[in-house]
Amino acid sequence: MKRFLIIFFFLISINLIHPFSFAAEKAAKPMSPGWSFKGFFGTFDRASLQRGYQVYTEVCASCHSMKHLSYRNLSQPGGPEFSEDQVKIIASQFEVRDGPNDDGEMFDRPGRPSDNFVSPYANDKEATAANGGAYPPDMSVLVKARMGGADYIYSLLLGYEEPPEGISLDDGVYYNKYMAGNKIKMSNPLSEGIVEYADGTKATEEQMAKDVTTFLSWTAEPHLEERHKIGFRAIVYLIIITILVYFSMKKIWSRVESEI
Amino acid sequence: MSNHEYTPSSKFGKWFNDRLPLLTLGKHLTDYPTPKNLNYWWTFGGILTFCLITQIVTGLILAMHYVAHADLAFGSVEHIMRNVNYGWLIRYTHANGASMFFLAVYIHIFRSLYYGSYKSPREIIWILGMIIYILMMAAAFMGYVLPWGQMSFWGATVITNLFSAIPLIGESIVTWLWGGYSVDNPTLTRFFSLHYLIPFLILGLVVLHIWALHVPGNNNPIGIDLKKPSKDTVPFHPYIVIKDLFALLIFLIIFAFFVFYSPNILGHADNYIEANPMVTPAHIVPEWYLLPFYAILRSVPDKLLGVIAMFGALFILVILPWLDTSRTRSAIFRPLYKQFYWFLVADVLILGYVGAMPAEGIYLLVARVATAYYFAHFLIILPVLSRKEKVLDVPLSITEPVLGGSVSASALKQKKDKL
Amino acid sequence: MSEKKVKRREFIFTATYAVGAVGVGATIWPLIDQMNPDASVKALASTEVDISNVERGQSITVLWRGKPVFIRRRTEEEISKAKEVDLKDLKHPERDEDRAKNPEWLVMLGVCTHLGCVPLGDTGEYGGWFCPCHGSHYDTSGRIRKGPAPTNMEVPKYEFVNNNIIKIG
Repeated sequence: MKRFLIIFFFLISINLIHPFSFAAEKAAKPMSPGWSFKGFFGTFDRASLQRGYQVYTEVCASCHSMKHLSYRNLSQPGGPEFSEDQVKIIASQFEVRDGPNDDGEMFDRPGRPSDNFVSPYANDKEATAANGGAYPPDMSVLVKARMGGADYIYSLLLGYEEPPEGISLDDGVYYNKYMAGNKIKMSNPLSEGIVEYADGTKATEEQMAKDVTTFLSWTAEPHLEERHKIGFRAIVYLIIITILVYFSMKKIWSRVESEI
Repeated sequence: MSNHEYTPSSKFGKWFNDRLPLLTLGKHLTDYPTPKNLNYWWTFGGILTFCLITQIVTGLILAMHYVAHADLAFGSVEHIMRNVNYGWLIRYTHANGASMFFLAVYIHIFRSLYYGSYKSPREIIWILGMIIYILMMAAAFMGYVLPWGQMSFWGATVITNLFSAIPLIGESIVTWLWGGYSVDNPTLTRFFSLHYLIPFLILGLVVLHIWALHVPGNNNPIGIDLKKPSKDTVPFHPYIVIKDLFALLIFLIIFAFFVFYSPNILGHADNYIEANPMVTPAHIVPEWYLLPFYAILRSVPDKLLGVIAMFGALFILVILPWLDTSRTRSAIFRPLYKQFYWFLVADVLILGYVGAMPAEGIYLLVARVATAYYFAHFLIILPVLSRKEKVLDVPLSITEPVLGGSVSASALKQKKDKL
Repeated sequence: MSEKKVKRREFIFTATYAVGAVGVGATIWPLIDQMNPDASVKALASTEVDISNVERGQSITVLWRGKPVFIRRRTEEEISKAKEVDLKDLKHPERDEDRAKNPEWLVMLGVCTHLGCVPLGDTGEYGGWFCPCHGSHYDTSGRIRKGPAPTNMEVPKYEFVNNNIIKIG
């Protein structure tokens, strides 16, 4: 029967491996800076999330939308946890198209916490046209939408290099050693000091890549902290009740065995 | 079923039971004589019932928040994940629940294969089980389409295109399935409707499956017929109930690890990209539980024959009771069958593995050999074994091996106490 | 079997049942709570209304939490009529001063307290509102005067952000 068990674990394990066995040709293995949100008790680093939000708004948001998030999310527990007043101010800095009003006209108003993140382009076609034919993907669930997740995004941001000899690149195409096929249409978005962190952290490329990836990991999985917390309790509970049921079972079955 | 008439003790109970014998049914279920030597591989029936109910309850809830529309489906799933109270928990339970359901059903099927539970007089139980299994695959496939990610869309395109292999009417059938000229909103809405329906069909079939089981009673590891009730049996409640519960809890611990700590590991990253009819993902891979059949499909170089082979691989299971005609049920007493059983297990795992790999080079070769062996197992090896195999002596009652073999420590202790 | 053993068996069963019940409860709660208003609905709990264009004797109706809110700029006549009423004549005694902090503006949920229909404005025997569903009459302060409705129309939480804007909720 042990063979049975081994084989079923094998069955599971081959299926865990298969996504990675495709790691596209010609791409380097992603690096990991060590994430605070991995593991059983993983939580996000608040300060990093807040800095990551700053990098997203000041750098990424000019091309990448984040349409599944609302400004109010920025103050919810388990996220960057800006105060509600800060979120009101953040939201009010964006122009939101609303309407129609009583005259039947659409109008612009300052954003409210309940509004979704304002997208940089009116639609996907406009976004594609404005970026040389490459659609800048929506970033709401980007970390979950890429094999390798946070490690991949982090590495990609730091993976820009001069193309090796023998590889010629068209205009508007860049060399990135972590991208599948090594060719990417996004120019290197980060350069040292491109943002000035409010908390005084030095804005190195590695720091910004780590912060923004942390932020994107949260936007992809906003209930991660709650999930880890509830998960731990659930599993501890299950182990306790399993032990209790085990002893109850032994008690009940002892009646039968004594009759044999 | 036992022929003892059951009379409820209370007056109201008697009045009610005379009109609708629910209490008799309840009594039958609790007293149902079950072989006492059932091992833990027999607990997966209960686990599967739990899985079905979990999928129905969580699915019902998701349907309260989900919007079946090509433009809104992806966003509504994100709404569930972000805004709905405990929406993330319910969705992850449903999504991983499907995988756990298949894990359990594969163990259940392979248990049946090992102990010969499909043999006379249990053929109908087996066939009902196979219909349930096929419906499960249909439900899982359609459910995977609903989030309307890239894998949803392209999986739906590829699988529905299987029907285009049918000569003459294939194209018309595919157009009919789609309700258009490609997978689009009409396809999504009908898949949602059917995805909602199928679990209830499964539930009905499960009732029949259990009903059919209660006529001859459970098979058991020794594979012999038992007198019921006798000293070889125990009443279902509380003996089997508590044992099933214990196994279920172990199963739930594994389930919880997936839901809480790696909820997306069994899925595919591309399904978090909204469906785009203009771009096909680099590798289209079905969910793991469909991979062996996917490998069989791809191993045949002809489109129509590939589809026939895939459906044939399922159909061959339905007629299994007439392919394996050996009178001995349990593999314990069939040394050769036991070997070939493990070959089959390995073969199916290999098929699953190559199903996840690109269909080229060595993978394609392995897939072809494994496919050929799969059919050979059922069509050649089993019929030959049924005639030629020398089986071991089968004990006359289960008390015999229980006494000769593993008397548990607690039972010994009980005996000592009595002395 | 000794008496001690019986006791232990009972204990293990009781403990299993008790711990099991806790687990079932904890599992069922998310299944119930998911039907409560979700985070996006709760975020819309307040709305701001521009009232600069409303003349005396006019009403506007705005949507708040999916329900109509009547905002009426009352005339002097309506105000005095509402104030003169003897509280003893009222089915649900409330002073007009308590319902309209700024007497010129009456803000209330436009939902009949009988069974949830939307009453019609400027009609009814008391010059206020009249519910066409089952014939409840409300006065110029939105108080129930006649008909099956049990209470006055509800005044939501609101505040004047400035002279032109009311924030409801």
